[in-house]
Amino acid sequence: MARAVTPQRQWIVTIAAWFVALLIFFPVLWMILTSFKTEASAVASPPQLFTADWTTENYTEVWARSDYPRFFWNSVVISVGSTLLGLAIAIPAAWSMAFVPGKRTKDLLMWMLSTKMMPAVGVLIPMYLLFQKIGLYDTKTGLILALMLMNLPIIVWMLYTYFKEIPGEILEAARMDGASLWNEVVYVLTPMAIPGIASTMLLNIILAWNEAFWTITLTTTKAAPLSAFIASFSAPQGLFYAKLSAASTMAILPILILGWFSQKQLVRGLTFGAVK
Amino acid sequence: MGQITLKQVRKSFGDVHVIPGVDLDIQDGEFVVFVGPSGCGKSTLLRLIAGLEDTTAGTIEIDGKNATNLPPARRGLAMVFQSYALYPHMTVRKNIAFPLKMAGMTEAEQTKRVERAAKVLNLGSYLDRRPGQLSGGQRQRVAIGRAIVREPAAFLFDEPLSNLDAALRVGMRQEISELHQSLKTTMIYVTHDQVEAMTMADKIVVLNAGRIEQVGAPLELYNNPRNLFVAGFIGSPKMNFITGPEAEKHGAHTIGVRPEHIRVADDGIWQGVVGLSEHLGSDSFIKVDVSGIGVINLRGPGELNVHHGDRIRLSPAGKIHRFDAQGLALK
Repeated sequence: MARAVTPQRQWIVTIAAWFVALLIFFPVLWMILTSFKTEASAVASPPQLFTADWTTENYTEVWARSDYPRFFWNSVVISVGSTLLGLAIAIPAAWSMAFVPGKRTKDLLMWMLSTKMMPAVGVLIPMYLLFQKIGLYDTKTGLILALMLMNLPIIVWMLYTYFKEIPGEILEAARMDGASLWNEVVYVLTPMAIPGIASTMLLNIILAWNEAFWTITLTTTKAAPLSAFIASFSAPQGLFYAKLSAASTMAILPILILGWFSQKQLVRGLTFGAVK
Repeated sequence: MGQITLKQVRKSFGDVHVIPGVDLDIQDGEFVVFVGPSGCGKSTLLRLIAGLEDTTAGTIEIDGKNATNLPPARRGLAMVFQSYALYPHMTVRKNIAFPLKMAGMTEAEQTKRVERAAKVLNLGSYLDRRPGQLSGGQRQRVAIGRAIVREPAAFLFDEPLSNLDAALRVGMRQEISELHQSLKTTMIYVTHDQVEAMTMADKIVVLNAGRIEQVGAPLELYNNPRNLFVAGFIGSPKMNFITGPEAEKHGAHTIGVRPEHIRVADDGIWQGVVGLSEHLGSDSFIKVDVSGIGVINLRGPGELNVHHGDRIRLSPAGKIHRFDAQGLALK
């Protein structure tokens, strides 16, 4: 029997949902509002949500003081590049795990996931030294490689889940129809998994865009993306909250817009395979 | 050509021996049906022939050549799957043309063959639709179309009608039989439905626990089953088996009488009470509890006027099949 939904119950659920949504969004909202305040009202005590003297001066100053387009371009190259490279490696890997699993496939998947549980700082020194020695320090190629390796377990896991949903008989039919392994992946598997690949791609672009630990550690100026751009506003002279907020808003805005337009695909991607 | 020979073909999954060892000869142009209960290994045997599973031991020859280790695409066979296995992102036209594209045929040749197949299968008006926009029967036709364009040495069908409703199943069954008559290509067809087996096959292979119980023409299996398993599996409703003194009277451990070979008669030798009576119009299916023997199934004419609780007398009115203690048929 379906559960009866009374109007009263619907109101309670709606209010609770709005409350949770606002709670999650509040820091972002606070940051956006602060970016339009003067430095004085940004640090006022008690804190003010709204201020009387709104200004866009912070944006003008941040834009003037730094080379925003270069940071933005670096972010684009690093996040898109690491995701595409990750997909190129993960698609064949997930294919073999989903369709020709070995005895230890499950263990391998678990091991891959477990690497995500290790604190990144644990490999900081070796990575830093390695990158310096082989000339990858402060290069976009270096960051693409590092972020691809960081996110590869997630990409493989997500694709594995999507591929498991594709009926094996369709791939067998392709084999009977004379398709080589390459043709099977290119003409049958990949087009059928496009929604899944798109979700994985979007999520990984967001993850790579928001990555701060490695991008700040492994860059100085040349390859620094927007996360390093934000960090550059925490000057030794003190924190300028309004400018920092303006810089942060400028850094997250592109990905926020991407996330907004692709939210349907992302939600579908994240819940894919949850209910069969 | 489409002659297929299996020599001591075995298949094991770990310690489980699904096919303990099968020898079989399929002649060019034959319509062979593998039939048996669920889990008897019929689909596995078909997949071994297709090359979708590797054999554990034995040899598979196609047209006299050893194909045991050939990949599926190089065996020259086409397969129709139970789930149709159409490519959902391609139109019907592209689905049918896919094997031709993989074979490197020119666009012109692909179009020619696709249109010919579409004409044979009445798919002309659906060529630009996607599988999701078709009914079950139309999808099955597309799957068959994809198989016939390759002009394979043999067609393999893996329970192709089990996802269709009863009415459509009868229609498609006839279409496949007609297709076989026009193409005259070898067809191997797997089903658990013995009606499909009886109506379509030139030769039926009855499988049980991975072993071939009997191979023969449908009526040969119906009239002369080699053992109790085949006798019970072929024919619907199932053959009645009687043991004890009644069987001993016929010099057998078990006797079998088909429901259609029992008649209701005032002078019948068995007396019993009617349990269930189903009147289908054309036929009546009656279950009679006969004292000292057990429940006997009887198939009578549609107008047979017996009902639940009636006391009636029965007599065998056709062939009585005799079996020994091992379940093998006695001559």
